[in-house]
Amino acid sequence: MKVEQISIFIENKSGRLAEVTGVLGKTGINIRALSLADTSDFGILRLIVDDSQKALKVLREQRFTVSITEVIGIEVPDSPGGLTSILQLLDQHNVNVEYMYAFAERVGNNAIIIFRFDNVDEAISALSSHGVKILPSERITSI
Amino acid sequence: MNLPVNIWNRAAETLPREEIRQLQLKRLQETLSLVANKVPCYQAKFKDSGFKPGDLHSLEDLHHLPFTTKEDLRVNYPYGMFAVPMREVVRIHSSSGTTGKPTVVGYTKDDIRTWTELVARFMTAAGVTQEDIVHIAFGYGLFTGAFGLHYGSEAIGASVIPINGGNTDKQLMIMQDYRSSALVCTPSYGLTLADRMEKQGIAPGSLALRVGLFGAEPWSEQMRVELEQRLGIIATDNYGLSEIMGPGVAGECLLKQGMHLAEDHFLAEVIDPDTGAVLPEGSVGELVLTSLTKQAFPMIRYRTRDITRLNYDVCDCGRTLARMEKTRGRTDDMLIIKGVNVFPTQIEEVLFQIEGCEPHYQLIVDRENNMDSLEVQVEVNEHIFFDEMKQQRQFVINAEKRLATVLGVSAKVKLVEPQTIKRHEGKAIRVIDRRNQ
Repeated sequence: MKVEQISIFIENKSGRLAEVTGVLGKTGINIRALSLADTSDFGILRLIVDDSQKALKVLREQRFTVSITEVIGIEVPDSPGGLTSILQLLDQHNVNVEYMYAFAERVGNNAIIIFRFDNVDEAISALSSHGVKILPSERITSI
Repeated sequence: MNLPVNIWNRAAETLPREEIRQLQLKRLQETLSLVANKVPCYQAKFKDSGFKPGDLHSLEDLHHLPFTTKEDLRVNYPYGMFAVPMREVVRIHSSSGTTGKPTVVGYTKDDIRTWTELVARFMTAAGVTQEDIVHIAFGYGLFTGAFGLHYGSEAIGASVIPINGGNTDKQLMIMQDYRSSALVCTPSYGLTLADRMEKQGIAPGSLALRVGLFGAEPWSEQMRVELEQRLGIIATDNYGLSEIMGPGVAGECLLKQGMHLAEDHFLAEVIDPDTGAVLPEGSVGELVLTSLTKQAFPMIRYRTRDITRLNYDVCDCGRTLARMEKTRGRTDDMLIIKGVNVFPTQIEEVLFQIEGCEPHYQLIVDRENNMDSLEVQVEVNEHIFFDEMKQQRQFVINAEKRLATVLGVSAKVKLVEPQTIKRHEGKAIRVIDRRNQ
């Protein structure tokens, strides 16, 4: 259920993002989804890739500061209010969203959104018991 | 405390205070005569001050002579300060020379013997015996560190692994396979080793390491705690500078209550760095050293620029030699920011108190609109990297708050990527002052 997300510390200077994606590209690692949180000095780049362990290894070799975080990918109805119903459900179960970002591609009629929760397991059980589809890790990395 | 007290040269290291002073006076007279005969720079100093070597009747009379500074060495580059012809010199060493020309120093056969003896003394005090396998991870070359410790270890009869600096993975492999028991390196490299061990899942208990002898850069008590815990060793400090001899000028015993200074070979004074006045016993100030037995490169009242304090109480280990506190910083490292004295070591201590932060940092001092600004760049590592922006920013805010409290001036903390801060010969460059550029 859980997906390994790679987080990378990058300084806010030109060309840095390209170096990260360049390292991954050269090693044949494909980026599935990404989000960038930044301040004026530095940013945190979060990636879902097709081979997270390999990505972790090559990025560390290139002396990037990297960590792995567990996130989950959820199928959200691609219709008005689709996301709201899911967020309300999580709120009822006292699960907080730390951050979230969307996948570029759809699966069937659904959009895919990556979530980081403060309580991942509680989120999984709440969502599953209410029929929300959580995408298996291998599905996500192979989209 | 139930620690074994091994003393390499019991007679010299436990000499009563009055006898130390007598020996120092005799050797000082000999050294002054030597330089007055052989070294033009000192001949000029005697002439200018009107003081002759024969005028020295007490150790305090030395105050009549001017100081020797790095500038004197620069002017007399390369061999102008040597007191013997080159045929008697058997070794040349040199300082790193990060600014301008390096400093060149020389040793006669007797000088090398003395140096070896003094290193054997502090290594013994730090717990090294002939049973040890000494892993020397200093750079072998012009820098005095590696050769000094190398000869001292051999004198003790320990087995030396002259591994040299760098190549951390190979260092760890050799440490595991060859069963290194005593580690010799800079304290910052000690932490680099600890980091790599953690990453590779090598438990400190799985190594044979017992003691660590760290020198060549100032380090804090917090850093000692971290080195001891993460490497599973007893960590001691030692002090030296190539202009005086190299490592062996002073070193801690296992009681870790200050570094015993080899007073039978060096005369120490503590001065006010601004006025040059000699300060009373127990004061904090700049250490000034005079060599008492050196032949090739004698130094009279050399300003070390290191800030410390001397304690003349007899140590519980039995040694009578004065103990020098860990250096608090260098007079040339001391920064005056918005009128406040700031030492890089203070910043190091603050960074240590924030859990998990290893000390790869650099201070950038600048002036904007006639106001000084201090930026502390900290290399991010996996201990202080958080996936959540909220936590990452909180870390920066906490560090800035602590720094403001400890330093008395505000500082901006900037997180930078690993390996951004330049290292020179294994030493990190701590301060960049752009105010006078």
